[in-house]
Amino acid sequence: MSPVGISRRRMIGLLGAGAAAGAGAATGVTLAAGDAHGSHATQARGWPVSFYGEHQAGIVTPAQDRLHFAAFDVNTTSRPELLALLKSWTAAAAAMCAGHDVGSGAVTGDPAAPPDDTGEALGLAAAGLTLTIGFGTSLFRTAEGRDRFGLASRRPAQFADLPSFPGDALDPRRSGGDLCVQACADDPQVAVHAIRNLARIARGSAAIRYSQLGFGRTSSTSTSQQTPRNLMGFKDGTANLKAEEAAEMDKQVWVQPGDGPSWMVGGSYLVSRRIRMLIEPWDSTPLTEQERVIGRLKGSGAPLGGKAEFEAIDLTATDESGAPVVDEKAHVRLAHPTSNGGAALLRRGYSFVDGTDALGRLDAGLFFLAYQRDPRSQFVRINSSLAGNGNDALNEYIQHVGSGLFAIPPGVEAGGWVGQTLFG
Amino acid sequence: MSAPARRAITWAAPLAAIALAATACSSTKNRSATTTGTVASTIAVQAGDKTCDVAKTELPAGRHTFEVHNTGAQVTEVYLYAAGDRVLGEVENVGPATKRNLIVELAAGSYQLACKPGMAGDGIRTTLAVSGQAVAAASTDPRLTAAVHSYRDYVEHETAELVDATTDLTAAVKAGDVQRARSLYPTARLHYERIEPIAESFGELDPLIDMRAEDVTAAEPFVGFHRLEQNLYQKNGISKSGSVADALLANTKKLQGVVAKVSITPLTMANGSKSLLDEVAKSKVTGEEERYSRIDLLDFAGNVQGSKYAYTALRPVLAERRPELVATLDKRFSTLLALLDSHRSAPGQKGYVTGSPYVAYNALGQDEIRALAVEVDSISEPLGTISSVVSDT
Repeated sequence: MSPVGISRRRMIGLLGAGAAAGAGAATGVTLAAGDAHGSHATQARGWPVSFYGEHQAGIVTPAQDRLHFAAFDVNTTSRPELLALLKSWTAAAAAMCAGHDVGSGAVTGDPAAPPDDTGEALGLAAAGLTLTIGFGTSLFRTAEGRDRFGLASRRPAQFADLPSFPGDALDPRRSGGDLCVQACADDPQVAVHAIRNLARIARGSAAIRYSQLGFGRTSSTSTSQQTPRNLMGFKDGTANLKAEEAAEMDKQVWVQPGDGPSWMVGGSYLVSRRIRMLIEPWDSTPLTEQERVIGRLKGSGAPLGGKAEFEAIDLTATDESGAPVVDEKAHVRLAHPTSNGGAALLRRGYSFVDGTDALGRLDAGLFFLAYQRDPRSQFVRINSSLAGNGNDALNEYIQHVGSGLFAIPPGVEAGGWVGQTLFG
Repeated sequence: MSAPARRAITWAAPLAAIALAATACSSTKNRSATTTGTVASTIAVQAGDKTCDVAKTELPAGRHTFEVHNTGAQVTEVYLYAAGDRVLGEVENVGPATKRNLIVELAAGSYQLACKPGMAGDGIRTTLAVSGQAVAAASTDPRLTAAVHSYRDYVEHETAELVDATTDLTAAVKAGDVQRARSLYPTARLHYERIEPIAESFGELDPLIDMRAEDVTAAEPFVGFHRLEQNLYQKNGISKSGSVADALLANTKKLQGVVAKVSITPLTMANGSKSLLDEVAKSKVTGEEERYSRIDLLDFAGNVQGSKYAYTALRPVLAERRPELVATLDKRFSTLLALLDSHRSAPGQKGYVTGSPYVAYNALGQDEIRALAVEVDSISEPLGTISSVVSDT
């Protein structure tokens, strides 16, 4: 499945020069291949981000504006079929990220057959599309204890099932999954197109278990980005890990040699949480109470007691009465690395609004995505500080309703395929 | 029953019509010249807002490409009709100043080409006279000829069974025997569902047999199988249903008459096989079809069996040309049929509905329905490609 389709990116650049589509495709490949490995963090908006590299793209890539995340159940029990799927996904993903159609294209294949590509991205730019593929814990051992693909012995210790947290209201239909694909792009249609085509390729081997659309990135993952606001109206991700902090990336995000099985070196672990916000009660909460709950000013994003957004939080400061300036139960305090043995996460979440629920309330919140080197000492540690009625004051206004844990294997070079280090 | 005009393309045309986007692939295949070996001709159609100029109205039998050029300001569509407005082919959504191709194979006879500016109304019509004998197309491979014969036998057999079952059902309804009518209704439905796309290609007959409550209009009252189903299972009254049953029986007999004359080719079989799976995905797995009796899984099985029959008839040729495709389809059909079998029921068991071997739709759990939907989608992808394999003769 080579990227022989029309190069959408080149079509943009060659408006009016329709006859050059073939030549454009070839040029597009050259340019895409020329993107330096590991340069995911420095791509200009709208341009292709290479699918290839030491690490998978879509982790330290500056967070795009839109998300379509999908978790899949693997239906086949055949290892060769699973490998064939991963190879087909790799080829299609590399093509789509470079701005090409899948396979023989949407309009350039055999007209008597269904087109290989579904076509809704024709004429659209690559839009910074990244496709990040991972393996769920159930791929290694199902809830019933089955090891379908002979992987149980290769499961890293870090990849232990998440414990249940107090206050969790997890819907099994929105949780778990044997495989995941995180599609991020600056154009929602490009992200949806990618998931749709990968789901199509998977039919017969794997089927979507659930998927989530997201908009308005809620974290900046690069110092080049402004801090966005989440649906609570607060800046989110001010203290997030940033791609430019290479040493922190190696310490907190990328699995290092010696951490465990070598197949994960250069990879990362992804925790996804569908966090429903109870929008209506939150909206009717006074501003000072909202700021007490979060621990930051709503306007500037500065920590309470501070003046500027990026100022360090002084968790020890007290007011004239001796009470802490940042509340004992404030979200920023309990989530802060100093409250969690130095643990931090590379957060990459998106807001979602899936219409309204049966009661007419917004079905809205944060689709939390966080990358890390060891979920046990990072997400689990931090969320243990937050979860439960006696902890994070924010819990009055949020509820975790979906959860996933995925091993994101390292990136691949051209000619390789995602998962090769595990299955190859 | 659904959108009869659209679905009709796949069955009624002697060879399926293929709408090609004429843009962006000028250098790619022009299949009209290569797929059948018949004489191909291109006829320009200038489709304006108030005009519809067809370059040539007397044509030899064979495959023709109508090159539709929208010269108007409105989005347009072009239909090719056989007698009784049977749709042989169509191109829709042709924007101003764009060109699309409508490819059909026409036997001798009279046809009408209709341009529908604004995509509404009966359209501006031009009569086409087709004469002569087409060069023998498609079925030069004796295995394909055998496949067509085998499938024709199947369709005629199923239609005869449909008439017989409907005869018994009508008698029971008119005798006021609700229990007996309920036990006969599923059998009649099974035979209809096995040949559903063929029945749907007869756009006037299909709604009279298979319409649903939401298809009712001021001009078209609720009739047919589902009207009887509603009376039998929901409103529990058939004392006034005799005339509905009589009309249904008469229409199944009409169907039997027209089905005997319908043209069947390997390509219509391939498209019909896929179309049956689409029916499952659209109205069976969702539980829309048999909402009063809840025998949706029986309709589901009927569609799958009809689809598999057409596929199996074509299988020898497919196996030679695309062995890996056949391996995939064999496996996925058997997986789906095994999954259906796991939902069998019997008198006294959970979810039993009189006359159906499967559990009632509302006895299925959400996960069970989802598993069925996943398997249907799994077959649809590879099944969609068999038409291109059999059309390469």
